Amino acid sequence: MAIFRQFINSGKDRAAEDKRRHRQLVEESIKKNIGNIIAEESIIGQSKDKKIKIPIRGIKEYRFIYGNNGSSAGSGDGSEKRGDKIGEEKAGKGGPGDGQAGNNEGEDIYETEVTIEELIKYLFDDLNLPDIDKKKLAEVESIRSTKNLGYQRKGIPPRLAKKRSVVEKIKRKQGYLRNKNDGESLQDNQSEVFETEKSEDKRFPFMEDDLRYRRIREDHKKDFNAVVICIMDVSGSMDQTKKYMARSFYFLLYQFIKLKYSNVEVVFVAHTTVAKEVNEDEFFHKGESGGTYISSGYEKALEIIEQRYNPASWNIYAFHCSDGDNWSEDNKRAIEMADKLCEVCNLFGYGEIVPGYYSSSSTIKAEYKKNVKRNNFSVITMTKKEDILQGLKKLLEKEGD
Amino acid sequence: MSEYSIKELLEWNEKIENIVLAEGLDCYEQEFEVCDYEDMIGYETYVGMPSHYPHWSYGKNYERTKTLHRYNMTGLPYEMVINSDPCIAYLMKDNTLLLQILTIAHVYGHNDFFKNNRMFRLATRAKDTVEMFKNHADRIREYIHDPGIGYEKVEKILNAAHAIKFHIYRNIGEKRLSDEEKKRALLERYRKPKTEYPLLEPRVKEEEPPPDFKKIPVEPQEDILLFIMNYGKLLDWERDILNIVREETIYFLPQIETKIMNEGWASYWHYNILNKLNLPQGLHMEFLKRHNQVIRPHLGQLNPYYIGFKIFEDIKNKYPDNLKKIFEIREVERDQSFIRRYLTRELCEEMNLFEYLKLGKNYIITEVSDEDGWKSVRDTIANSAGLSGIPVINVLEWVQKDNMLIIEHQYDGRELELSFAYETIKHITDLWEGKIMLVTKIDNKRKLITCDEQKRVTLTDG
Repeated sequence: MAIFRQFINSGKDRAAEDKRRHRQLVEESIKKNIGNIIAEESIIGQSKDKKIKIPIRGIKEYRFIYGNNGSSAGSGDGSEKRGDKIGEEKAGKGGPGDGQAGNNEGEDIYETEVTIEELIKYLFDDLNLPDIDKKKLAEVESIRSTKNLGYQRKGIPPRLAKKRSVVEKIKRKQGYLRNKNDGESLQDNQSEVFETEKSEDKRFPFMEDDLRYRRIREDHKKDFNAVVICIMDVSGSMDQTKKYMARSFYFLLYQFIKLKYSNVEVVFVAHTTVAKEVNEDEFFHKGESGGTYISSGYEKALEIIEQRYNPASWNIYAFHCSDGDNWSEDNKRAIEMADKLCEVCNLFGYGEIVPGYYSSSSTIKAEYKKNVKRNNFSVITMTKKEDILQGLKKLLEKEGD
Repeated sequence: MSEYSIKELLEWNEKIENIVLAEGLDCYEQEFEVCDYEDMIGYETYVGMPSHYPHWSYGKNYERTKTLHRYNMTGLPYEMVINSDPCIAYLMKDNTLLLQILTIAHVYGHNDFFKNNRMFRLATRAKDTVEMFKNHADRIREYIHDPGIGYEKVEKILNAAHAIKFHIYRNIGEKRLSDEEKKRALLERYRKPKTEYPLLEPRVKEEEPPPDFKKIPVEPQEDILLFIMNYGKLLDWERDILNIVREETIYFLPQIETKIMNEGWASYWHYNILNKLNLPQGLHMEFLKRHNQVIRPHLGQLNPYYIGFKIFEDIKNKYPDNLKKIFEIREVERDQSFIRRYLTRELCEEMNLFEYLKLGKNYIITEVSDEDGWKSVRDTIANSAGLSGIPVINVLEWVQKDNMLIIEHQYDGRELELSFAYETIKHITDLWEGKIMLVTKIDNKRKLITCDEQKRVTLTDG
């Protein structure tokens, strides 16, 4: 006679440790790819909720499996004829006949999406960056920030959580279809599968029950303002590769500052021998020809600060990217201006972009190193994409000093 | 909570057990454990075992099952049975009374199959199952906690061992020759005259070279795990981990090889037992509904419950006078032979089985179950059943000069998935100090995939 036992759960989740390790591997895998992902994104104008698809490597369980050149079998409804097309390859999915025993890899649901915000968090967690100083004077008691506290069934229309509602609807639909199948299979288990297929096309409207609303708490808090001033040499020698690197760098810097301040503005200054303030698109895509006076860019930046960003109430971060080609008669003036910028900025950095493996140290870099002796001044060099993160780290460590 | 008590389950179980005995099923002692759905996911994750060694892949499985369940994409299994003596099965608390009755009957089908099918009898020791998994778990945890080894090293070896875990001897119960015996056989073959009348053969100048007895392995060996355990430069604990993974695969081999039969057999019996139970009408309706749901065809796929159930029913109807026939079949066959022998043209037609192939981006039907096509369809199913769905890779030679290991894919028309092959090979280098070379065929051309100690993989023509 068989024994029946009630299982007594000790409240312990036996899979906890393996789940934790798996999540850790997922995060590691994201971090590994982060350099490539992040450089693709446009600097501003991206909502922090924007989702990016990330292929996660390293958490597949690899084995020797068969590829796609062999035949598979399946059951049908009798209407199948030779030559019929029954399906199409979908990205990241197996064929329609994943029923093959043993070797189907199945759907990889971990090929997942993350938001830019999460990415940045992973990234900076990893870099172990210091907290940055905030000017106490720069507090402005103003803007309220909102905090998402999850979802609720009732709410006002502006707070409708669309995606979440769709998820709820899909859940209901799946349950409905399953139950429906149960019922129909009773009479005729042959046609039942097709019923499912057909009802996929049928309208399946939302119901009140599907709708979810964001639960929000409003916070009135003290606010810190910051401005990031991006200065870039756009003269003839700055080609697309160099600009691409500069762009990635600014993106990361902007993201980092944004983590720390609730209100961040960005200013773009492009210079050749003269400087002007431009918008993001012009900044990165318009090339100009001609020589280089670095000082012109700094002067413009100082002018903007004076007009719009009073150092008493703004935290100012200025950064200059160049390939180091400066006309030598301008060097002296550039150093003076850099010194002035350091006075008003929380942090001022100079990044030299020298793609390729040869790097001849430029005069201007050497001059800066020699003549600008300030704690909040930093010089970094970037030759390849991988240097960007390291550069940022170096730059921001300075800030933490 | 549930609409029934344990006492009720016991009563139904008694009725079922009586039928089981009367019908001639031969089972281990049965134990049922009633658990909730979270525990069920937990058991499902750890292959049903009350204890199992840790590895992140189980965490991944858990999350996947749970996510799918959360989004209502899949139902949970009604039960889980493990091949042990006494046989342990888990029933989910939230199931309806009828589902529990159906599940209990279904479990006895599996129980009988575990106890009697040849594969299980030869490859597993049901008495020791639970103890074995517990022992494995203890040993792995011990290595993890050993300050000289630690989690990461253990994980690396487990990753690698899991990657090749199916590459062990496939034929269950096969008598294996020792190296000495193999050499003797080779020599005999060499000495033996090649034809019956050697004197009548024209004289050939070039003699066949004598067999190379120094070669390791003497003949291609399909058990890569065992080969590495025997010849790899491994530490004792590393070798032990390979052994643990290998023993677990051996334990699961019969289940992989008899998926269709096992589920078909259990479904056949739950159907017949419930029909004999004189269920009240309400329960009977639910029974028919649930049963049809279990054995329904999955469009474009193969549902093992469906195919197995249909074949057993068909055999039963064909031999109305030979009650023992289905029992014999459940004892001696495995999926591949079962399909080849008993999946008839009529069944193929009835189930509308077809065969398809990926051409470019599309899946195109290549054969249907008519007079010309049904054999091809049947063979395709047989050839993808159980281990046949996993490529055969043999250890060809250990080149001792530079410690290179040459393995060869037994090409049967199906190509390897290259991206997976590359990564799998990299895992092998974690177990074998030296280069790995894999010989395979792509587009009917011989290809060599090499992975050096720095895990650099190259593909060349060979």
